[in-house]
Amino acid sequence: MTSGRRARARRKLPSTYTPAPIHRFKVGDRVMIKRAFPPGHRRTPHYIRGKVGVIERICGAFPNPEELAYGFDGDPAKVLYRVRFQQKHVWPDYRGPALDVIEMEIFEHWLLPATGRALAAKLTQTG
Amino acid sequence: MSDTTFDYYARRKHDHDHDDHAPVAGQDSGPASEYEIMSRAMQELLEAKGVVTADEIRRRMEIFEEDFPYRGSRVIARAWTDSAFKARLLADGKAACAEMGVELEATRLIAVENTPDVHNVIVCTLCSCYPRELLGMPPTWYKSDNYRARVVREPRSVLKEFGTVLPDHVTLRVHDSNADMRYVVVPMRPRETKGWSEDRLAEILTRDTLVGVTVPRVPA
Repeated sequence: MTSGRRARARRKLPSTYTPAPIHRFKVGDRVMIKRAFPPGHRRTPHYIRGKVGVIERICGAFPNPEELAYGFDGDPAKVLYRVRFQQKHVWPDYRGPALDVIEMEIFEHWLLPATGRALAAKLTQTG
Repeated sequence: MSDTTFDYYARRKHDHDHDDHAPVAGQDSGPASEYEIMSRAMQELLEAKGVVTADEIRRRMEIFEEDFPYRGSRVIARAWTDSAFKARLLADGKAACAEMGVELEATRLIAVENTPDVHNVIVCTLCSCYPRELLGMPPTWYKSDNYRARVVREPRSVLKEFGTVLPDHVTLRVHDSNADMRYVVVPMRPRETKGWSEDRLAEILTRDTLVGVTVPRVPA
């Protein structure tokens, strides 16, 4: 089998990722997780809300778990990202090396751009 | 399991499996829990309506116990012996597993590689998401509040309790398996295993090495 044919055969395999042609952020973008505490089923851990990280990869568009949890169909699907955070930023009292990171999956509607002025404004916001 | 009418995951739309429970919890003593009663009632109704048979449920449990726990070691042993396969596994875990005949139904798999500079460890802080189709049922410690709360906050102390001491120059990557992806660690292959067969390699690729709380060791 030529490598081209092998690649085509592979394309039919099931994938971890789903298409997300429209996405607001790209790999490497700095993002802030919304610091919000709405009731209901949320997959955004409390400990990461309000923290700033970097997009590690785009996983695709997935049914919205906040709707699925209550018996709705999860539409419209939401773009799911993996975001990487510095441990020393997440836990100010973190005792390991500065290089250590924590990564997790965050849906797009929980993300805010965290570049330049937008980030400064968010970080200086009170309350 | 595409050839059977019974799909354990069917009740969860869109491959969504945050609330996994064993199909039927084994309980020898004490009163049945509310969830156990609900689960039994649901099974009886499904059987009565002819949606599933008791044998199909039994067979599914058998696969869970006798096949799933060994798949992860086989996949990673292949990655250790075939660098092109490893590259494909790291690029798309689900596709690479399918390529070697390991069909993941509900699992969207991300494989993360340990190197001399990076060590990976997996947790689910929100519940106990775990790559069940590769590793079987999660161990009790993985589901404990203690592990879930501490491995994100003081991961090096937790790893030390598992006997894994990381030098400070190694970056520790903690992966919180909090939404749709599931994770498996590709550990570093010990030098002493040169020339080993995939089967022999699979034996040192224990469950804990694939979660990242330990590293593979060659028995002395």
